Amino acid sequence: MSTSQSVLVLEAGRTESHYWRDLWRYRELFFFLAWRDILVRYKQTVIGIVWALGRPLITMMVFTLVFSKLAKLPSEGVPYPILVFAALLPWQFFSSAFSGAGDSLISNAGMISKVYFPRLVIPASAVIVSFVDFLISGIILVGLMIWYGFAPNLRMLTLPLFIFVAFAAAMGAGLWIAALNVKYRDFRIIVPFVVQFGLYVSPVGFSSSIVPEKWRLLYSINPMVGVIDGFRWAILGGDTQLYWPGFMLSLALVLVILITGIIYFRKTEKNFADVI
Amino acid sequence: MSSVISVENLSKKYIIGHQKQERYTTLRDVLTDGAKRFTHKLIHPFVAPVNDPTHEEFWALKDVSFDVQQGDRVGIIGRNGAGKSTLLKILSRITEPTSGKISIKGRVASLLEVGTGFHPELTGRENIYLNGAILGMSKAEIKSKFDEIVAFSEVEKFLDTPVKRYSSGMYVRLAFAVAAHLEPEILIVDEVLAVGDAQFQKKCLGKMQEVGQEGRTVLFVSHNMDAISRLCSRCVYLDHGKVVNIGPTPEVMESYITAGFSHQNAEVIFTGGEDKDVRFISARTVGTDGVPKACFRSDEDIRVIVAYQIKRQLSGVSVGISMLTAEQTLLWNMTDWEEYPELLEKREPGTWTCEWIIPANILKPARYFIACGAANPPNYYHYPDPFAFEISSEGTQRLSYKQFGVKGGPIALKMGVKTEAISGQNNLQEEECNVQ
Repeated sequence: MSTSQSVLVLEAGRTESHYWRDLWRYRELFFFLAWRDILVRYKQTVIGIVWALGRPLITMMVFTLVFSKLAKLPSEGVPYPILVFAALLPWQFFSSAFSGAGDSLISNAGMISKVYFPRLVIPASAVIVSFVDFLISGIILVGLMIWYGFAPNLRMLTLPLFIFVAFAAAMGAGLWIAALNVKYRDFRIIVPFVVQFGLYVSPVGFSSSIVPEKWRLLYSINPMVGVIDGFRWAILGGDTQLYWPGFMLSLALVLVILITGIIYFRKTEKNFADVI
Repeated sequence: MSSVISVENLSKKYIIGHQKQERYTTLRDVLTDGAKRFTHKLIHPFVAPVNDPTHEEFWALKDVSFDVQQGDRVGIIGRNGAGKSTLLKILSRITEPTSGKISIKGRVASLLEVGTGFHPELTGRENIYLNGAILGMSKAEIKSKFDEIVAFSEVEKFLDTPVKRYSSGMYVRLAFAVAAHLEPEILIVDEVLAVGDAQFQKKCLGKMQEVGQEGRTVLFVSHNMDAISRLCSRCVYLDHGKVVNIGPTPEVMESYITAGFSHQNAEVIFTGGEDKDVRFISARTVGTDGVPKACFRSDEDIRVIVAYQIKRQLSGVSVGISMLTAEQTLLWNMTDWEEYPELLEKREPGTWTCEWIIPANILKPARYFIACGAANPPNYYHYPDPFAFEISSEGTQRLSYKQFGVKGGPIALKMGVKTEAISGQNNLQEEECNVQ
């Protein structure tokens, strides 16, 4: 028997000191779960992974038709499909991560009540699945840019930063919903509503510059406004301006959601097995 | 020896709802409850709110303490609802205790269910990786054991078939194979042996014995007393969330069995079964002299007299008794229609008695159980709890039983023996014995 073995102490209300170390130890499980979900989604489908390209492409076409051709909204000097797609990317990532993470714990209830692992792995891997979709959709954006002969400028290099903000927003909201959903199934009904509603209150089909100046700060209370504006600023370059006070407000809100989400999740996860 | 698991005053409380069927609350309930409490406070500010009658506390475990030493194979026994599974859930960190403390030294792997996280759409190969990762193995570890796992599971041919097309036996074999190749310092197992065919069960039990012999610690919950007695050196007996007995397996098992079933009485009155078409009323064990008793000599016949009631005319029904050892291993069973084939055709309503005779000099001196039962598979009628009787070493024909106490096997048959010298000087006296 080695004496160097660490002793694990289980007690009521004890916050485990090696939680994050455990999370690191289970890092492979992240990828296995994400890999499972991606693999399963396209099993027994004919066109398989092409679905990941088809959905955003069709959405983009409809949005362009409605907002540009019918509603005649301004395009800030860039091809309207690119304007829409630069926003559709983060929005679809957020919405699918949000609903995926929200359902993730309940759909893995069997695992939760039978095996120990840091529960954070489950919603996190749901977010990773959406992130893979996001990367695949990114190919369409590149295709559109080539099609329209649109060259991005140096701001493009800041894009990873905004991707990170989008990731934090999706993760924070996802953790909240996942943990709440375990206890209150009401949130299963709220999620599709938020996703549907969010598409219209976020500047996906239009540029947020059409919002009157005095309302823009208020508009930025929706954290996705900051994320989408950031994406457009980085991808479209040129004349696109970032409304900094609004962006900072959105960023602050994203951080608050993420941190409180982690805290709430950690606080409730010990009882998941009892209530799920 | 150092203790690898030490459990101190462990308790776990559940709140059980009486009215609501759902285990989860809805937001509406929380809001209305909150509003109710708030209005209550407004109206009666000094009266404590009444406890919600729809919720009741339930202690699944209460002040449980024990230690497990390195390399121990510990069985956890107890009736349904004794808290065994809750204990394992806490030990494997699935849920946290309400109070008390547990210290664990070493890596724990728990197997509360085989095939946790198996996905029906994935192939056998993919599921091995996924399930391994869920149980805490690293990818490299799974890779290095992949061939062993496949060989153990016996599903080589179907590795690239989605497991939804597997037979349930194949599914379970694959799932157990992955779990069996975990290499933790402490292994926690909950009744997974109740799967697969007899041969595979034997293989599983063998694998677990192997794990124990490697000096690793095993905690094993099962209702299969036979498996427990073969695998475990020590036992913890739980009842209603409390520890009743801890110690060497035979001792604890004996106390569990005697507590769990009807006491040793010359006559037993059965309860329950009022809603069944066949209901057992009573049973008694009597000696050849007709006197009811619970302890018999080895050389006397035991008459088992069972009274039962038939409520309506039935056909195809067997009424019988099963002989069980103290470990609840079935020795044999016997139905009444073997003697009266016409009873299988038709049974008239009324109260009946049936007498079975257990011949002398068959069973070794020990405690045995008799279970009564009536069935027309798949219909089962009344199955009362088994009751006990004892055979003493008095009057036994076996010298070894008299001189060295009870040894080996449940049967005390005296076989014929013939020994003779083929070469050498001494002509051994020929001896011959027959079964009597």
